[in-house]
Amino acid sequence: MKLNELTIHEAQELLRKGEISAVELTQAVIKRIVEVDNQVKAYLTVTPESALKQAREADRRRAAGEDHPLLGIPLAIKDIVCTKGVPTTCGSRILENFIPPYNATVIERLRQGGAVILGKTNLDEFAMGSSTENSGFFPTHNPWDLSRVPGGSSGGSAAAIAAGECLGALGSDTGGSVRQPAALCGVVGLKPTYGRVSRYGLVAFASSLDQIAPFGKDVTDCAIMLQAIAHYDPRDSTSVDVPAPNYAQALVPDIRGMRVGVPKEYFVEGMQPGVEAAVRAAIERIADLGAEVDEVSLPHTEYSLPVYYLIAPAEASANLARYDGVKYGYSHPEVEDVWDAYRQTRQSGFGPEVKRRIMLGTYALSAGYYDAYYLKAQKVRTLIKRDFDEAFRKFDVLVAPTSPTVAFKIGERVDDPLQMYLSDVLTLSLNLAGICGISIPCGFAPSTSSGHREARVSASLPVGLQIMGDAFAEEAVLRVAYAYEQATEWHRRKPVL
Amino acid sequence: MDKQRKETKLSHDEVEHIAELAKLSLTDEEREKFGEQLSAILKYAEVLQRLDTEAIPPTATVLPLRNVMVADEVRPSFSREDVLANAPRAENGCFKVRAILE
Repeated sequence: MKLNELTIHEAQELLRKGEISAVELTQAVIKRIVEVDNQVKAYLTVTPESALKQAREADRRRAAGEDHPLLGIPLAIKDIVCTKGVPTTCGSRILENFIPPYNATVIERLRQGGAVILGKTNLDEFAMGSSTENSGFFPTHNPWDLSRVPGGSSGGSAAAIAAGECLGALGSDTGGSVRQPAALCGVVGLKPTYGRVSRYGLVAFASSLDQIAPFGKDVTDCAIMLQAIAHYDPRDSTSVDVPAPNYAQALVPDIRGMRVGVPKEYFVEGMQPGVEAAVRAAIERIADLGAEVDEVSLPHTEYSLPVYYLIAPAEASANLARYDGVKYGYSHPEVEDVWDAYRQTRQSGFGPEVKRRIMLGTYALSAGYYDAYYLKAQKVRTLIKRDFDEAFRKFDVLVAPTSPTVAFKIGERVDDPLQMYLSDVLTLSLNLAGICGISIPCGFAPSTSSGHREARVSASLPVGLQIMGDAFAEEAVLRVAYAYEQATEWHRRKPVL
Repeated sequence: MDKQRKETKLSHDEVEHIAELAKLSLTDEEREKFGEQLSAILKYAEVLQRLDTEAIPPTATVLPLRNVMVADEVRPSFSREDVLANAPRAENGCFKVRAILE
């Protein structure tokens, strides 16, 4: 038995029985990181010494009678979540040397539960991207095919789970940044309802859309992670004061009578046939399990992408104004005056995609264009939200593909921002509407984006099924995801490294 | 609205103006490239103009929240030392900034 391949709940059972210790488990995972991360490049920072210290502490706490589903469980954290005393770079050169003086609320909660933090994972700079190629440091590779991207922006966390370099992980999801890499890496990623999880200590990208979100090897692990972090936090004024239910109770393999909608607009032009086939088969399976499946229309779906790419950059352009080289972060050494200092610091510190989005957002908010772009996008956002409100009057959950394609080649989309943005076309509506969703493995498909010869070489890349729920309907989403997972074996497949 | 329809191709001056608002000193190459790419993205966004949104209220946040108040009370904060630890330049317990006035 390889300890690093265990799920959180499997490991916890062994820890409770005293068959393994947190130190042994953590050592096994660190060994795996040493063995494979030079190929996968999931981590920006690994903290083996403090991880082992935390593991020893977890073993002591257990010996003293403590118990918690995450006690002694080694986790990876996307490097956009502040960790006290450990660099938090956001994948950006501008924060290369930033060491937060505090922990994000989610880190405090994980540590209270006794989780072991292994290190910080790679991401697209400031979470802006869909492939992790926009990292200011290096790209991460998909464990299923190292020549392909893991998706993004939380590609490091997704790849770390798939490669067995952690048991669970945190990412952040602003437009699909947890669900899309989960789909491309064949793992589970759950985006909670906006306001369900505190954003305190999550470095801001687009504040009305950002949400911290867990990754797991299966649905049960995601439910465990969500339980640990779903909590009201007065330090985040958009955190919602609604008690979190017991998500474990939602994990019942029975969905008879549940109403499942299939939004027809989500089977978009350009979708790879293998992806569509896997998702259609999964939906049939859900119907076989006794759910009432019917087609539904979300008529404003096609507007989600332009709405998102006006609102998210607009919010980003305001949020990223704080990087001025004064309080923290990179500061350009040779400057003429204070204005030159701002310009040179930001010019040298930010990468191309971040600059592009700051420019786009600044334009959308600028005098003369605010009404035509930003305000218009906010109004269409209302229409997108109303589509979901209408659909959830008739359905408990909606099911669709997570991504129109399997993992694409590194370098394939970097020079075409619009093509890259299309990677998120099926995920970003949920952020605009503030609702929740999960991506779970539902099969494998060949890539048809490359030549025939290459397609044969990588005939088997993971496909994700997206299950969407209304605001605070995580239990319905988890229930359908769990029932499907229990009826299939996709989540048990592992890449060979 | 008419204004943006006619001008989806950003001019060199416009790109320069936005860069100055965003405090970025772009290279000539970046100005050229961003001008083209932003024009393409904005052209794509024109699809929104098809929708009549005259009577639709904007959504700034999905939550039914308005102003959220906290009690006005003294709470522990970070130490000066911790906060200044990340400062590129500090002096006498303060952030050091470049001269703003001549």
